[in-house]
Amino acid sequence: MAGKTLYDKLWDAHLVKEREDGSSIIYIDRQLLHEVTSPQAFEGLRLAGRQPWRLDANLATPDHNVQTTDRTGGVASIADKVSRIQVSTLDDNCDDFGVLEFKMNDPRQGIVHVVGPEQGATLPGMTVVCGDSHTSTHGAFGALAHGIGTSEVEHVLATQTLIQKKMKNMLVRVNGTVKQGITGKDIVLAIIGKMGTAGGTGCAIEFGGEAIQALSMEGRMTVCNMAIEAGARAGMIAVDQTTIDYVKGRPFAPKAEQWNAAVDNWSDLHSDADAIFDSVIEIDGAAILPQVTWGTSPEMVLPVNGILPDPADETDAVKKEGIERALAYMDLKSGMSIKDIQIDSVFIGSCTNSRIEDLRAAAQVVKGKAIAARISQALIVPGSGLIKLQAEKEGLDKIFTDAGFEWREPGCSMCLAMNADKLEQGKHCAATSNRNFESRQGFGGRTHLVSPAMAAAAALAGHFVDIRDVELTKIDQA
Amino acid sequence: MRKFNELTGIVTPIDRANIDTDMIIPKQFLKSIKRTGFGQNLFDELRYLDEGEADQSCEGRPLNTDFELNQARYAGSNILISRQNFGCGSSREHAPWALEDYGFRCVIASSFADIFFNNCFKNGLLPIVLSEDTIEQLFQEVFANEGYQLEIDLAAQTVTTPSKQSFSFEVDKFRKHCLLNGLDEIGVTLEDADAIETYEEKRRAQAPWLFDAIPAVQKPSV
Repeated sequence: MAGKTLYDKLWDAHLVKEREDGSSIIYIDRQLLHEVTSPQAFEGLRLAGRQPWRLDANLATPDHNVQTTDRTGGVASIADKVSRIQVSTLDDNCDDFGVLEFKMNDPRQGIVHVVGPEQGATLPGMTVVCGDSHTSTHGAFGALAHGIGTSEVEHVLATQTLIQKKMKNMLVRVNGTVKQGITGKDIVLAIIGKMGTAGGTGCAIEFGGEAIQALSMEGRMTVCNMAIEAGARAGMIAVDQTTIDYVKGRPFAPKAEQWNAAVDNWSDLHSDADAIFDSVIEIDGAAILPQVTWGTSPEMVLPVNGILPDPADETDAVKKEGIERALAYMDLKSGMSIKDIQIDSVFIGSCTNSRIEDLRAAAQVVKGKAIAARISQALIVPGSGLIKLQAEKEGLDKIFTDAGFEWREPGCSMCLAMNADKLEQGKHCAATSNRNFESRQGFGGRTHLVSPAMAAAAALAGHFVDIRDVELTKIDQA
Repeated sequence: MRKFNELTGIVTPIDRANIDTDMIIPKQFLKSIKRTGFGQNLFDELRYLDEGEADQSCEGRPLNTDFELNQARYAGSNILISRQNFGCGSSREHAPWALEDYGFRCVIASSFADIFFNNCFKNGLLPIVLSEDTIEQLFQEVFANEGYQLEIDLAAQTVTTPSKQSFSFEVDKFRKHCLLNGLDEIGVTLEDADAIETYEEKRRAQAPWLFDAIPAVQKPSV
């Protein structure tokens, strides 16, 4: 019999029951909650007179709606009334039902996909769900993690399970060693460029190969975070020593007497050598250059030395129209160089790239320099309060503010403009987030997805530059 | 949940691939804590010429008259047809809520994004996958014939055109059962509460660190 993939193993370990109709009941170990997709779920529980199945499986924090400017006034200081109601509804629901929540001014508050791993609430071998498509992030820990809708949030609260059909197994193997300056972000954008945004639909993607194994946990989280941008609900990476070293000592991680048993248990969280995948995509890591999206879908991506496509060269009618529409929306011309795209705004943050290594990478670029005159707004938004504190300990905040960046409080910020941070109409933004859809960052805004170092370099130059040509300044870590 | 059995209605064509959930319902409208009322902001940025705000009346807003939802020939439509990868992007269930609240009961496309597809079934909205060729044919027929209607029969799993041409579609057995009977999925799952408890005991014995690490909080005294 053929061996099992990592996904097969996680599925089998969480299978409660296979039903006659072919659907399966899958047990959920961890649910992360935030204010946008949970209110109707809690309301549903109340209306049906149900209680959460297991309170200790849940952890909540507000992130999408919180302002990233001064928040000493607490929830009452959220200027937008509807945002304020949503955050205070989360607070009330968590208090009423007894769910642990890191509230707005708790130093542990932050973007839910940053907070889970940081706290050890995300562990290898778990099933992790959240009402947010970027839940795939947690797959970096050898976990089965994916986004769900609000009805499913309620289903998990009420039953600790989900009704699922098994997805297909896909392996994306990034072979070899990446070039200096190439990050997890560049790797995953290159993968999406190759697969397309629907390439992984119906699949659980395992990312493997030397280039993935060489990434830090933070780089791996960036890669898994964007699995959904390739159409796959779940992305995952095998557990190795890097995973175990990251998890050890975190607040909710297994303690002394349980630690060794847990590590033993996790040693099997990889695909067997003879496992069979439904599809395999091979990528040459050494060929990946710094990536920049030019259009309105993450698959519209090019290496930094690239030239914008001509719709006339596209034979597929739907794709051709997509290119035309994207060029018009972005106000860019085919044949233009990526490096000639002028940038008005810079956003470094989001569940994709707001962790301490991301901030350090950006700081190495900007230390002792200043943002270009044409940049009207440049934001640095740490992913959690603890990351913010760590960065301040290392003096990164000073490096950024000296260069002309704004140093903000943690939250989703300008990734999706549900809060006060919005990209202005018509402006081009170098963003470290995950979606460049029309109006995603603000009505009429134009987003270019890049790595933190590339965003920082664009802030200094006022246009995209190849990060490999940029001189970095070493920063001492505290 | 509302039952879904048979449906006949006017078809609205959205001739575009990769309709994402940000397009279906832009982020500023996700701030509501209710499940209803999203219909007026369905496809807000395509439908209106100005930028929509949450909690704002849509009466008097300037309309994009090129957009199908604003065209008289598609008024009262309950079936939407589009191209590949419909519903990609965020997991927001507000997308099917908005479609349902507007009056759509069925979306036909050549493929759907997984999370959106899943969310539809929880809300009495039927997503139907038909081949690209069939979709192309339906688009042409819709554009050519004002008042064009399709008949959907979930029990028989067919889509039938006015000329009585039928196309069959696949649907998962359990989801079909729930839709046909308007079943509450949580109630169905809780019939297996014993199996869940048995699994949980076994899991606790094997991996005790997965339990009780996160404390439940005391309710604040009122």
